[in-house]
Amino acid sequence: MLNTKQLTGKLLLKDGQVYLPNSSKIEKRDLLLENGILKGMEKSIEVSDGMEVMDCSDRIISPGFTDIHVHFREPGQENKETLKSGTEAAVAGGFTTVCCMPNTEPPIDTQESVRFIRQRQEELLAEIYPVAAATKGRKGKELTEYGEIAAAGAVGFSDDGAPIATGQVMRKALEYAKIVDKPVIQHAEDLSLKADGLMHESKVSTALGLPGAPAISETTMVYRDIQIAEYVGARLHIQHVSTAGAVELIRAAKERGVKVTAEVTPHHLMLTDEAVRTFDTSTKVNPPLRSRKDVDALRKGVADGTIDAIATDHAPHAIEEKEQTFDLAPPGMIGLESALGVVVKALVDSKITDLQTVLERLVVSPRQVMQLPLDFYTLDNSANLTILNPEEEWVFRREHVHSRSANSPFYGSQLEGRVKAVIHRSQLITSE
Amino acid sequence: MSALSQKHMLGLEFTPKSDIERVLETAFSFREVLDRPVKKVPTLQGKTLVNLFFEPSTRTRLSFELAEKRLSADTLNFSASASSLSKGETLRDTIQNIEAMKIDLAIIRHNTPGAAYQLSQYVDAVVINAGDGTHEHPTQALLDMMSIKEEFGHIDGLKIAIIGDIAHSRVALSNIYGLRTMGAEVTVCGPPTFIPPFIEELGVNVSYHLDEILPEMDVINVLRIQKERMQTALIPSLREYRALYGITRERLSGLDKELTIMHPGPLNRGVEIDSDVADSEHSIILHQVLNGVAVRMSLLYLLLGGQEAKGGANA
Ligand SMILES: [Zn+2]
Repeated sequence: MLNTKQLTGKLLLKDGQVYLPNSSKIEKRDLLLENGILKGMEKSIEVSDGMEVMDCSDRIISPGFTDIHVHFREPGQENKETLKSGTEAAVAGGFTTVCCMPNTEPPIDTQESVRFIRQRQEELLAEIYPVAAATKGRKGKELTEYGEIAAAGAVGFSDDGAPIATGQVMRKALEYAKIVDKPVIQHAEDLSLKADGLMHESKVSTALGLPGAPAISETTMVYRDIQIAEYVGARLHIQHVSTAGAVELIRAAKERGVKVTAEVTPHHLMLTDEAVRTFDTSTKVNPPLRSRKDVDALRKGVADGTIDAIATDHAPHAIEEKEQTFDLAPPGMIGLESALGVVVKALVDSKITDLQTVLERLVVSPRQVMQLPLDFYTLDNSANLTILNPEEEWVFRREHVHSRSANSPFYGSQLEGRVKAVIHRSQLITSE
Repeated sequence: MSALSQKHMLGLEFTPKSDIERVLETAFSFREVLDRPVKKVPTLQGKTLVNLFFEPSTRTRLSFELAEKRLSADTLNFSASASSLSKGETLRDTIQNIEAMKIDLAIIRHNTPGAAYQLSQYVDAVVINAGDGTHEHPTQALLDMMSIKEEFGHIDGLKIAIIGDIAHSRVALSNIYGLRTMGAEVTVCGPPTFIPPFIEELGVNVSYHLDEILPEMDVINVLRIQKERMQTALIPSLREYRALYGITRERLSGLDKELTIMHPGPLNRGVEIDSDVADSEHSIILHQVLNGVAVRMSLLYLLLGGQEAKGGANA
């Protein structure tokens, strides 16, 4: 259950440790809100008459998180998720801004469909920015109207769910996107190398008799796309990187100045292909869960900034679709509510990196990738905050999920780091 | 309660040696029943079994049905191709409908790896995997092991080659797991396009050259080559396949020892194996068929609570 409370009067967030994006530090600050508007942020603010005080002494306060890769299934598959239920799940996970992918039915590939999403803003709990299809109908042939679609509010172009397969179309997309200076966002996968692969090709796929998708089905596409982006000088964003090879290619490309960015999902940071041994169809994701070596490389990539953003690829599917055999179940898992708990466990608890870096990848760099405003803690603006306890250990359960779907392999897992509340649009939102 | 260490028989990857030994030992005593004039015992009277065949498999289905009849079980048959299941009906729906009928044991054949395992998660009944896609086919491997044991008296220390399309076989993995557990040395041999990547990590030798390994082997298990593999560009032609990997009289006569020859059937005569070899005295293909019934009787009996290895035969 989400509890939402309209903020009226003065609210003092007292004694919290505050994540400061500009210095990448976490320091003690008091924040004063008036009717949900940020009125003060100081080392210490005196409590005065008529102030409600929220004790934040064991809390971290951060700007609201941004998830640049979610699937909300509206229009077309509202039984799985709607913009409303999706943004509820987002806020429960600490995300006050999300970018939704265009593989809806029909796909978001016109300025009208972008406006349909953008116009829903006011009634939803989180800010929502659509990514429009890179090609008409996501068919990989003709470009969509990048100029008009960007003007309508799309933040990038992607055929996610499938790659922009041919090199020629990818080149045209990258060239044409320069008009609007938006990223072309690639689901990097060579479908012919993937063939009928249902999981990562490995010892595990062989032992289970499941056809594998080799790591090279990702790396060859990443290599091709980086070459094209470098050649035409355009902005390329690579979605849900899953392989050590891709991390290496992206690192090298960034070093030589290619405008390439990348994201990784919490589940690729936590789980290996061994998770598929249960034949739990929630572990069927695209790209698939990879090897230990890949997971280690992804974690390092997040730590050193090769991977810019942590994005959930929240992919809701109906129970009846997931309760099929492994070949028939659609790929994807939900991820918004478990995201923080998974990444803190995968990165901070295992000493790969510190909490500041994790917050950086959830707050700042995702917005840089999508060129969203970097307006953190702006006085006289509506406060946009996520309040969390980074050390809370908790067991993830079905009742923590606000999505209309439930396909997660993390039920029963002990996670670390938990979102306690979100303040956004003058509302205090808690989920307990 | 099962007389084995496990409730179900889903595969041999994690089945301990003691279970395999017990199944084989009991199967040999059931073989005696099959040689009697009256080939039926009342062992499973009052038990209800269902044969769930989501893909056609005449040989395995007949073998299970015969084993069930010999043990006097009541049986139901359900067959449908997985693709003909109405859209939106999940595996679980099917299963729950069937379980509502209070079944003691379900035998499932399905074209998808994991289907038997998934079924065991959803139902209370005991589950036997009768082949889940290219994953496991444990009863086939058990009957193969029984046939090897019948021939040699033991399995450990034998050198056994599995030849052909390992990647698309429902027999290979269970054989690899079971034979390794029982102490045999396993080699897989075929063109690289038929050998699954990373298979060495399962503890087998890999060879692409049949003539190099044959002199070493005690047993060869020859897999069926499906003609449609040519269309998917895995092999250029059946003619070349026979030249490189076919079990022919000429190839075997060059060896200075006799190999025991096995095949899970059905045979593609003249492709992976020539008729004169398949029908020779070194072929134990027909023993495999008879042993298949005995192994399945043994497994049904042990999983449904039989205690003594000899009890089945004497019941
Ligand atoms: Zn996606």
